[in-house]
Amino acid sequence: MIVAKQKPIEEIIESVKNAGRILIAGCNECVTVCESGGKKEVAVLASALRMYFMNQGKDVKIDEITLERQCDHEYLEELRKLIDQYDAVLSLACGVGVQFLAEKYVKTPVFPGVDTCFMGVTEQRGVWTERCQGCGQCILARTGGICPVSRCAKRLFNGPCGGSTRGKCEIDKDLDCGWQLIVNRLKEMGKLEDYEALIPIKDWSKERAGGPRKIVREDVR
Amino acid sequence: MTTEIKTPSQLEKVLKAGHLAVTSECGPPRGSDGEVIKKKAEMIKNHVDAINITDNQTSVTRLCSLASVIHLKLMGLEPVLQMVTRDRNRTALQSDILGAASFDIFNILCLSGDHQIFGDNPKGQNVFDLDSLQLIQTVRYMRDEGKFLGGDPILRPPRMFVGAAANPFADPFEIRVPRLAKKIAAGVEFIQTQCIFNVEKFKLYMKLAADRGLTEKAYILAGVTPLKSVGMAKYMKNRVPGMDVPDEIVKRMSGVAKDKQPEEGLKICVETIQQLKELPGVRGFHVMAIEWEEKVPEIVEQSGLYPRPKIG
Repeated sequence: MIVAKQKPIEEIIESVKNAGRILIAGCNECVTVCESGGKKEVAVLASALRMYFMNQGKDVKIDEITLERQCDHEYLEELRKLIDQYDAVLSLACGVGVQFLAEKYVKTPVFPGVDTCFMGVTEQRGVWTERCQGCGQCILARTGGICPVSRCAKRLFNGPCGGSTRGKCEIDKDLDCGWQLIVNRLKEMGKLEDYEALIPIKDWSKERAGGPRKIVREDVR
Repeated sequence: MTTEIKTPSQLEKVLKAGHLAVTSECGPPRGSDGEVIKKKAEMIKNHVDAINITDNQTSVTRLCSLASVIHLKLMGLEPVLQMVTRDRNRTALQSDILGAASFDIFNILCLSGDHQIFGDNPKGQNVFDLDSLQLIQTVRYMRDEGKFLGGDPILRPPRMFVGAAANPFADPFEIRVPRLAKKIAAGVEFIQTQCIFNVEKFKLYMKLAADRGLTEKAYILAGVTPLKSVGMAKYMKNRVPGMDVPDEIVKRMSGVAKDKQPEEGLKICVETIQQLKELPGVRGFHVMAIEWEEKVPEIVEQSGLYPRPKIG
């Protein structure tokens, strides 16, 4: 899933402080799972903003809605009949949802309520960690199913570097060394000899470096 | 071990003539005064075969290694250009290699580089377009095939003796020798190791490397660093990632009065070299006297590595 975290309330207030009618729009997908932008978080943020504006002596209308997804036309269309009632939309979707909403409703300012962080997993309730950077050319088959792009701080394809200490990364003693994990898994599978295969220079054009990416599937269009 | 000379590098010649080589390193200043690097080199030039110039070590911004090696070259010295992949993409790396080659810099040390979080720009981007092994492959390709990574021919290709670092003390230990094998497979010709304080562990590493025939495929220079104080010993033990300073070294440093500690640190350094001189596979020493370059001549002399061979 795409993992996001809520922006500081001060930053949110700063972005919407001049609006008289605000719609807070949550998303029922990733940000609900990572507890940053689902129905519950929409309600909590709405209460906080109502309280803030009340204390400021301002009469601000704050409504709540949570869409099934903000990255699909179908669900975003649900806002079409409502959008003119608001001066601003505060979207708690990831950056993808915020942008798609803004593209669709060009006259209404849309503000992000979360910082979109990474693609990751729920390790345990309240703990999310990164697993993928969408580099466009998956090499997990060669690295024991553990990704050196997302889990090595230097994205080394032939690690570990000299800073790996007791299984941890040189940048943070609480962070696992990605290459230690790769070595451990190769060993578990009885394939440690695979470690010695040189991984060739990466084609980064399939990653962000190649510019905004697009996939077209004629068979499903 | 091949003794065929591939480049005009003095370091290569010394090693291939069968001498124990001695290299050292100088860190460039945090400013634009090139005299600083020249003065450091002046202190050690008669006692070493080649001088490494570090590339923004620990990610702290400094005068660049490329300009620094040119200063040394213009003094008639033999520099080793350290190059990290942290800060430059493949275009810039290849371009800087050519820039160095245009001044007849004949040695390069290929590194990934410390993470930028340790330096003065922790909020900066890192590049890592290549890793250190891929940089080794790149330099060898440019030199041996005379081509850019993109496939175009290079007019006057670089002639560089290609080195890399190895840290026998980082984890996991079981892949440290396989990792050396990988660097050799990538085309590395000489290795400078991380500072050795745990001699027994290094001996084990070298034995495992020798068992695989690796010590006959690359020239391994054992890295040593003189400790200035017990504080430095403790700092390296506890704070520097991948550094192995055994308790007995810390104990030995703390066992002498503060004003005698630098002397004790130098003694440990010389003893380490003495112990490793006869170790199979050790082809020389890389003396890293951190901001203590003036002590390099003393260490080299007391270790019986002076005078340096004259090879023309």
